[in-house]
Amino acid sequence: MNSKTSFDLHHVLHELGHYLPAQSPLKDFVHHNTLHAFQDLPFHMALQIASETFGYKVYWDLEKFQDLYHRGKIQPAILERAIREKMGEDQLERWKQLMLESPVQEYPKPTIGQFRKQWRKAYNLNLDKEVHQTLFRLVSSYLDQGIAIWKFPAGNGGLLTSFRKLEEGSFTACLKSSRARNLLFDPKTKLQDLLAILVGKEERYAQYLFDQQFAHPGWSGMVAVLEHQPQSLLDKKKVSLHDLIFLESLLEIDALDRRRNGTWTPLGLHVEDSFPGLFKEFQPSEWFTMLSLWQEALEWSYFDQVIKGLQIKPKTNGVKNQKSFQAVLCIDDRECSIRRYIERFAPDSETFGTAGFFNLPFYFQPEHGKFMTKVCPAPVTPKHVIKETEAKIRHEKDAHFSKHSKGIFGGWAISQTMGFWSAIKMAKNILRPGETPAMVSSFKHMDPKGKLSIECKNPDHHHGLQVGFTLEEMTTSLEGMLKSIGLVKDFAPFIYIIGHGASSVNNTHYAGYDCGACSGRSGSVNARVVATIGNNPEVRNQLRLRGIDIPESTRFVGGLHDTTRDEMEFYDLDQLEMDSKLIHERNQSIFEIALNYNAKERSRRFHTIDSTQDAAKIHEQVKLRALSLFEPRPEWNHATNALCVVGKRANNKHLFLDKRAFLNSYDHEIDPDGQYLLGILKAVAPVCGGINLEYYFSKVDNHMLGAGSKLPHNVMGLVGVANGMDGDLRTGLPLQMINIHDPLRILITVEHYPEVLMKTIQAHEPTFQWFANEWVRLACIHPDTKEAFVLKEGELIPYVPITDKIEKAQDLDKILEATSENLPVYLLA
Amino acid sequence: MENQLIISSFVLIPLFGFLASLLIGSGNETGFSRLAVGMVSVHLLVIVVFTIGWILGGRNPINIPELVIYDNGSYRFLIDLYFDGITAVYLFVGAFVTFLITRYSRFYLHMEDGYKRFFNTVLFFYLAYNLTVLAGNFETLFVGWEMLGISSFLLIAFYRERYLPVRNAVKVFSIYRIGDIGIILAMWASHHLWHENINFITLLNEETVNKHIAEHSGIGLFIAVCLLLAAAAKSAQLPFSSWLPRAMEGPTPSSAIFYGSLSVHFGVFLLLRTFPYWENQLTARILIGAVGLATTLVAYPIARVQSTIKTQIAYASIAQIGLMFVEVALGWHVLALIHFAGNAFLRTYQLLVSPSVVAYMIRDQFYHFQPKEISLEDTFPKRLEYSLYILSLKEWNLDRFFNRYVFHPIKKIGRKLDFLTPRNLLLYFLPIYGLGLVLYFNQEWIPVQVRHYVPGLFSFIGMMLVFKAFSERNYPRLALMLVMANHFWIALGVSFNETFDFSQTLIYLSGVSIAGTLGYWLLDQVRKKEPDHFDLNQYYGHGSRFPKYGLFFLLTALGVMGFPISPTFIGLDLIYSHIHEDQYLLASFAAISFILGGIALIRIYARVFLGPHIKNYHQKALPSS
Repeated sequence: MNSKTSFDLHHVLHELGHYLPAQSPLKDFVHHNTLHAFQDLPFHMALQIASETFGYKVYWDLEKFQDLYHRGKIQPAILERAIREKMGEDQLERWKQLMLESPVQEYPKPTIGQFRKQWRKAYNLNLDKEVHQTLFRLVSSYLDQGIAIWKFPAGNGGLLTSFRKLEEGSFTACLKSSRARNLLFDPKTKLQDLLAILVGKEERYAQYLFDQQFAHPGWSGMVAVLEHQPQSLLDKKKVSLHDLIFLESLLEIDALDRRRNGTWTPLGLHVEDSFPGLFKEFQPSEWFTMLSLWQEALEWSYFDQVIKGLQIKPKTNGVKNQKSFQAVLCIDDRECSIRRYIERFAPDSETFGTAGFFNLPFYFQPEHGKFMTKVCPAPVTPKHVIKETEAKIRHEKDAHFSKHSKGIFGGWAISQTMGFWSAIKMAKNILRPGETPAMVSSFKHMDPKGKLSIECKNPDHHHGLQVGFTLEEMTTSLEGMLKSIGLVKDFAPFIYIIGHGASSVNNTHYAGYDCGACSGRSGSVNARVVATIGNNPEVRNQLRLRGIDIPESTRFVGGLHDTTRDEMEFYDLDQLEMDSKLIHERNQSIFEIALNYNAKERSRRFHTIDSTQDAAKIHEQVKLRALSLFEPRPEWNHATNALCVVGKRANNKHLFLDKRAFLNSYDHEIDPDGQYLLGILKAVAPVCGGINLEYYFSKVDNHMLGAGSKLPHNVMGLVGVANGMDGDLRTGLPLQMINIHDPLRILITVEHYPEVLMKTIQAHEPTFQWFANEWVRLACIHPDTKEAFVLKEGELIPYVPITDKIEKAQDLDKILEATSENLPVYLLA
Repeated sequence: MENQLIISSFVLIPLFGFLASLLIGSGNETGFSRLAVGMVSVHLLVIVVFTIGWILGGRNPINIPELVIYDNGSYRFLIDLYFDGITAVYLFVGAFVTFLITRYSRFYLHMEDGYKRFFNTVLFFYLAYNLTVLAGNFETLFVGWEMLGISSFLLIAFYRERYLPVRNAVKVFSIYRIGDIGIILAMWASHHLWHENINFITLLNEETVNKHIAEHSGIGLFIAVCLLLAAAAKSAQLPFSSWLPRAMEGPTPSSAIFYGSLSVHFGVFLLLRTFPYWENQLTARILIGAVGLATTLVAYPIARVQSTIKTQIAYASIAQIGLMFVEVALGWHVLALIHFAGNAFLRTYQLLVSPSVVAYMIRDQFYHFQPKEISLEDTFPKRLEYSLYILSLKEWNLDRFFNRYVFHPIKKIGRKLDFLTPRNLLLYFLPIYGLGLVLYFNQEWIPVQVRHYVPGLFSFIGMMLVFKAFSERNYPRLALMLVMANHFWIALGVSFNETFDFSQTLIYLSGVSIAGTLGYWLLDQVRKKEPDHFDLNQYYGHGSRFPKYGLFFLLTALGVMGFPISPTFIGLDLIYSHIHEDQYLLASFAAISFILGGIALIRIYARVFLGPHIKNYHQKALPSS
């Protein structure tokens, strides 16, 4: 960038937007790769550059690695193999010694901010201190979605326009220097003019802007996201990164003028030409190499077991039983364990995993809702909308959030009266938690009694979207889903389609707990819609023509799994015949038991619950947690995720994967040329990879790439959280979400022939980049020979696990009760 | 006797709780929560039972002379407890809220790094709260008051590895301390008014009070203004309001208990407690009412423009406390107490559920959105509306006010002494101080006309040294020594005033000297280990590498500033008793240097030991976060 001599503003703004955190407002929180801007580089190289440039910590601490090694969590043999492969056999001893004995070192000083820091040197002036408070307040007030009672008075036609209006029409002002005011009011002023005053040297403009914006990446990132995604605000505001920078530069000029009485010169004149730029030439460094080797050793200490486990051929008794029911759940790692329990308590059942929007992208508009919500993966733009009717209002009021308590007389009256009511409520909520209007419940996303406009009756359009699906569309999407999970024959009498969502209270990041494949919403509508489509006789006829013959007696039932409370609800049961209903009730009782046990397994990570108790009893306590104001961890969400297994469930059912795996069902036999596989990987790499990497980076640098502890968070304008009064917005995950997470990149294993897999991933360049640059790891298990291959530097290389034996878990329940640590892979008894 | 036992237990139970919490290991979360919740439950129970009995027994105020700490015949320093209706309400609200908050925090803070520190600080705060509420005289109240200030500082700076919490903690502490000037001066004036350290219960005797105050109406008003200063600072009234939203840096429950409910209502408490002092002074009552009313009118629009939830609650609460000031000034005390309790509960709960506002409001909007609601201000003329908006957004420049008109001038004066360094300080100090001593023993050398001004002059020199300590940028050790030197000058200055026992000076200076020397040594250790990162220009966060040094330096700093752990704090009151009632200047110089000295010490502690660690080997937050 520094090589450019002429300043291309458009280009720089684009670059800035690219490097800034790309996190949506809280209500649309979706996991993504925190360092997405570096994704075109190989993982370890990208991490080093990101660290040297922006000052992020990008690996776990050296001490932590060394400690894990001594505790046996990093295998010596794996560590040695990692060194050998990367550095060569002759370097083994030297590096091993280095890695084990090196003391902790300081990370290199980042280049970001160094140039702009020269203000301090030149004029003993901390510009951030002068400017940030006013800037943050203006932006926050402008973007505010409903906290302030007195809304931003000067319109929403752009940050700068509104600010100009406000300054022009007021007796008092934010800008005090007459030069700054003139620049603001002169319509011909360009950002370049301000930079000429501030920086002076054109070749330093870009560096200055990076320094300036990365002093508050949270707000800048939010503005950059909203510029391209204005629909994320219910109360629409026009905003752009350009306006933000313009405003900030004006405030800087104003501050300098005020503090220096106009006698100051541009910053560019205060540094030599040789002053380092932002991006340095990449130079391999011993420190980063060491950390990257540790990282590989940590990851493969676990992955090695997993590959070994997947190579084991499960015992089959050869007899094909009639299945009692089939359940299709989301691939989400939180469904990994519940599927294990369903299979345990209903051995004649079968479970499947697929992305939780069930191949049906649409918007959902609940009754009484003024807006539509997207319920499919974030990058997809749906063309359909499903409307809800005959539903009851599911929004209760709570006077504690009312604006009356903030006024003079209202506040006076309320604190004299309701104040005492608060005392009682507070005592009740702390001593005996229960449902409150403030909580988020996955079950409230949709009213089970409401009607959904699933079939497209006439092609009328609603805001440019088609209401409901046509027969052809329904058939195609259901066919797609069934084929991609390998369910095309041997249909059971019941097929459950189960979405998932979460419940919590006092949780600003609630959207991150719901289904990622439904854009951070609960998956209930999707499940119910797909089940209804599956029961549609015409759809079945069409499917039959396409070779999928679903018996008439088979019923699809939609449902929702609340992963926090471990509860399930099922939809449209009144449409079942009497005898089906009875069978369903039997199935439901199996689900209940599975849910109890799932809660019990989860409880080993909850310090307030004694895991040795009876499952049903623990389940009650787990439910209570979700309603507790004081519980910052209603559930662990995706913490500890490390795997994504794509293949037949029958081939991984024998393994205990400790809630760490996304499980996607896939049958290579139905899909010899990888057509459905491509669809799966196209979604899995960015979605699971995004979740995984957000957890990774939030863990290794919770201060800069994560949101820090959530305990002091303050909600800013309903769009984000910050610390205290005047902090920058915090992006990434709060500490309370990642305490128990180990920063491993995700390993995606695919059951198919290596040549087909290779061809498949190469078919889609962006997906290939994820794998080739090793932001996610990819392994291939040969379906016939069970040989393993691992993708390294863009090629599938045969892999022989070092692990020679996977232990059998004789009594899994005991193992689970005994520890709250991550567990190795076990063979299930 | 029974009363004495029970009322003492109101302080002793929290004291025991706090001390016991120091002994529990930092990993033992259950230990802390059991101790804290258990202790507060017992406390709450005793309070409720006792209060019921007390109400049934006729609600007579009870005074318990607890513990004589110092007595030389003419002067007594007494820890004295007092129980009346105001105490009862504050005790109950405090115990109830703390009970809920400790239980809340038990789970909320799980796995947080500073779990132990949090509970230690909350229990320390609780001790301070009860001591203040039960205080039967100014001395006891002041002990509690100082402890409140420190616990407040520690909780705001709870996230001490970040820049903003530490900066704001220092800021809030500074404003608190400015308010403390009021208490010190009120104590001093009151001492002269009554010729003893008066008990609050004596004030109930209207006749005596009226007689005294009528005789010295000037002092009476002076005391009232001083009390108002202290009350306004503690309760975030004008012109101090801007500290309250900035204090919201700790974990939410601590913000709720401190700044939502308990700490922030202490101004109201002080006014209620000292009502007899100014009851019959119309000027004082008008003044107090006016401050309250003005605060309400200013805080209201500020609350309305806040786009962050916690600051909105903070300003809304400030407005209500303003009304409480008005109520107290009007003499509507029962109403004020009800108002206090209601407001405390309401704001605590609002803060606790503040993270829920996202889910709640977004859903509310989703179902009930109206593109733009017309608010009251939209009906104003545009220019007025915009002006008021900007002004409120800038908090009426209240935050800048202190920097510009208080701290900045002090720094400017202090910089005039920039020629001082740790090396040459003694070269200047010893000869001049020696000269002072020589003059002290040969007072006849000084012309009579001049002698009158000597105490003032010496304490002025002391004050200048503190100004320098406060503005020092380079040498932490120098700043520390300057604060110590100030105490010596004050002692010398007051010694000229009248002859008194040398042992009194000794009490005053012994704490300063011992703690100061220790503090110097600790700083020197850090300097030797981190020579490149040792000045007062920025926050260095050395506490991360040297936690022990940090802790002990904090303790020594408290010793030097006359915190009730060193004899200095009795000595201070003692020395003050020798300042004559017409020596307003001397009293002010001494009070100002005492206050600023404390700020300067906390500033040294914060800059050397707190903030983002200068070393880049572990995770570090951006300054803006």
